[in-house]
Amino acid sequence: MKTRVPSLILGRLFIALITLTIVSFAVFFATTLLPGDTATILLGQSATPEAIAGLRTAMHLDEPALLRFLYWIVGLFQGDLGTSYANHVPVATLIGGRLLNTLKLAGLTTLVSVPLALTLGITAAMWRRTLYDRIVTIATIGIISVPEFVIATSAVLVFAVYLKWLPALSFTYDVNSFSGLLRAYAMPVITLTFGVSAQMIRMTRAAVIETLNTPYVEMALLKGASRPRLVLRHALPNALSPIANAVALSLSYLVGGVIIVETIFNYPGIAKLMVDAVSTRDLPLIQSCAMIFCVGYLLLITTADIVAILSNPRLR
Amino acid sequence: MTNLVEIRDLRVEATTDSGRRVEILKGITLDVAAGETVAFIGESGSGKTTAAMTLLGYARPGCRICGGSVRVDGRDMVALSEKERATLRGTTVAYVPQSAAAAFNPAATIMDQVIEVTQIHKLMPVEEARHRAVALFRALSLPNPDSIGDRYPHQVSGGQLQRLAAAMALIGDPKVVIFDEPTTALDVTTQVEVLRAFKDVTAKRRIACVYVSHDLAVVAQIADRIMVLRHGEVQEIGSVDDILHRPAHPYTKELLHAFHPDGGGRVVPTTTSHTEPLLDISMLSAGYGPPQPNGKPLVLAVKEVSLQVKPGTNLGIIGESGCGKSTLARAIAGILPACDGTIQFNGRDLWQSARQRSREQLRDLQIVFQHADTALNPAKSIEEILGRPLTFYHGLRGKARDARIDALLDMVRLPRALRHRRPAELSGGQKQRVNFARALAAEPKLILCDEITSALDTVVAAAIIDLLKELQRELGLSYVFISHDLSVIEAICDEIVVMYRGQTVETIIPAERQEPQHPYSRLLFSSVPKLDPTWLDTLDLDADRMRLA
Repeated sequence: MKTRVPSLILGRLFIALITLTIVSFAVFFATTLLPGDTATILLGQSATPEAIAGLRTAMHLDEPALLRFLYWIVGLFQGDLGTSYANHVPVATLIGGRLLNTLKLAGLTTLVSVPLALTLGITAAMWRRTLYDRIVTIATIGIISVPEFVIATSAVLVFAVYLKWLPALSFTYDVNSFSGLLRAYAMPVITLTFGVSAQMIRMTRAAVIETLNTPYVEMALLKGASRPRLVLRHALPNALSPIANAVALSLSYLVGGVIIVETIFNYPGIAKLMVDAVSTRDLPLIQSCAMIFCVGYLLLITTADIVAILSNPRLR
Repeated sequence: MTNLVEIRDLRVEATTDSGRRVEILKGITLDVAAGETVAFIGESGSGKTTAAMTLLGYARPGCRICGGSVRVDGRDMVALSEKERATLRGTTVAYVPQSAAAAFNPAATIMDQVIEVTQIHKLMPVEEARHRAVALFRALSLPNPDSIGDRYPHQVSGGQLQRLAAAMALIGDPKVVIFDEPTTALDVTTQVEVLRAFKDVTAKRRIACVYVSHDLAVVAQIADRIMVLRHGEVQEIGSVDDILHRPAHPYTKELLHAFHPDGGGRVVPTTTSHTEPLLDISMLSAGYGPPQPNGKPLVLAVKEVSLQVKPGTNLGIIGESGCGKSTLARAIAGILPACDGTIQFNGRDLWQSARQRSREQLRDLQIVFQHADTALNPAKSIEEILGRPLTFYHGLRGKARDARIDALLDMVRLPRALRHRRPAELSGGQKQRVNFARALAAEPKLILCDEITSALDTVVAAAIIDLLKELQRELGLSYVFISHDLSVIEAICDEIVVMYRGQTVETIIPAERQEPQHPYSRLLFSSVPKLDPTWLDTLDLDADRMRLA
């Protein structure tokens, strides 16, 4: 049988590429719509009109927007993210370390939250309508309902202020030992895990329960299969695609949406960098950060779609 | 003789959505001996599947075994713990589901699922299990027995899946096998092969079988005894011969009567070859998919079909699923515009697309779909469903419309009080009557009936056929009747067209008692099960040779 998987995956990647192009367009033109003239901002209120005009020419600001967009895109492809307006440092240097920090935090949170959420979601579905399922469901709804900053500040209050187990701020430079790593990341990771797991648990539970209601699971039950076997062998493989999507959507939040956690724990990540860039109207920095968020998001969603394609035997 | 299965005063209750408890099995008692086949027969909702599943100690979600005992091989499935039941499922008692297509896990290969029973119960090593499975595939006369197990369920046909499901049930060497309507979803031509395979294998191994079905003719071929169920109660238990020839209970008689729909009750209109046809189709082609360079769609489902319907007569179209009969109906109705050919109605050309036809033309030609459930808007009351075509075609409003709705409900023999209900509150037969009344509301000359009795129980379907005949007498309608069920078509049609792979292969006039000539129609006609219990065993093997040709 001819397999359609390669062409489907190629098609999906192509769509991702088109999305990225549209997004880069949107990012560029949305940032140029920000109020204020860049040259005026850079030179300050007291600059002479001649100086401003000179700077505009030097920065190509007097050229058509479409042309500037092309310059920017070509620069991106060459790895030139531009120079920060605020402190004249190449944007790549500014972002580099921060991105690594964010990826570290996101990676650790993923390592903790995904296995935890999948286990809880699957077991809750397995023992549906039992006390265990009720507790998991109520707990996840409770956690979804509490805003992140409440969880973060309570964690600081309890673990740092009263118990004095953990530092209130994340000292990322002191992570050479395992205990140091644990101390630095424990609270931000726990806070983020709370936030992203709840959705994954609920979606996993729903997806598994839906497949548990199918005739083929009933058939397996009538073959004498035990409950874990029903769930792991029969329900889960068919629930993979919705679960992968739920995981991707939840994790995409870790790339760009962790500003509250970064602020509260004073963690030097990329979200905080972008907010700082907005307050200083540092356009190249904003654009680069926005692009990074979009790429991260697209990567996750595309991966989830590819998992869905691969897990469907009808396409193999 | 010891009985392998002993059911004593079995009761099952179901909890409804409103929390009310309803007893759906009201004290059933039955014995099944080793090597014996007992059929459970009854209409949908009679509790026959529920009763069969209790042999596995299983009740569907929402149901509960609340009394009595079900002893299988000496152990009471009701009293056992869930874990103990699981050890017996697949090894002592096995289940063949109604829809094998839904009962196979789409994400695993067939072989993995067939031998799963041996792995769950640790009966034998994987290699040995595979050999056994291949032997079973061969015994069930499946094609390519050595390699079919490596495929995924969606890669094999429905009839093959049904036999694979039987292999899945037999691999653990069970003493009792439950067949839950295993051939209902199959074409008659496939059904014959599957039934024969089941019968051979179970007879060789002396397996006790419980065969659930609503089709008396199928049951007559395969069962030793028949248990007739209705409303969760046993109406009658007896040998096949007794039930077929000396039915005692009125319901059993009704079932038998429904199986012989009488061709009478209709006056065949006197038409001559000079009578102008009401519907005249010539060289009609239709299909699906994007148009190809030659102007034809990608998949051509109907190929150059020509047929005629004279006023007041009925044309039957028969064929297996996928032969293009429903596509033909959709092309005539203009829902799926034909890509080639002409449709003449009442002497005038019709546009191929319904959008371009005049309101009068639309009114004259109505279509009734197979599933009343999906054809009737669940959010509207019966009154609104019937009122809409009245306003659309006849401009009726207010009192005149109300009166007409009442008249329509009378015509289809439904109580007038139903007009305020919604489709979900009606039974299957009632919904199909409303579906038909909706077509009648337009006052058409011709009604296309697309498998309108296929989703109904035998008794209900027979009543619908009687209704159609009565209405034809009163209103002078013509029907184009599409079905895969020959007995239904024979009961109502003056002319039968056999379709095969998108083409008409033969036209048969039942009144002239002519024998089918084309090999496919011969196969089709000979595959329809007869009430005679020896039918399957003596069936001419010509059919098999033809199938290979």
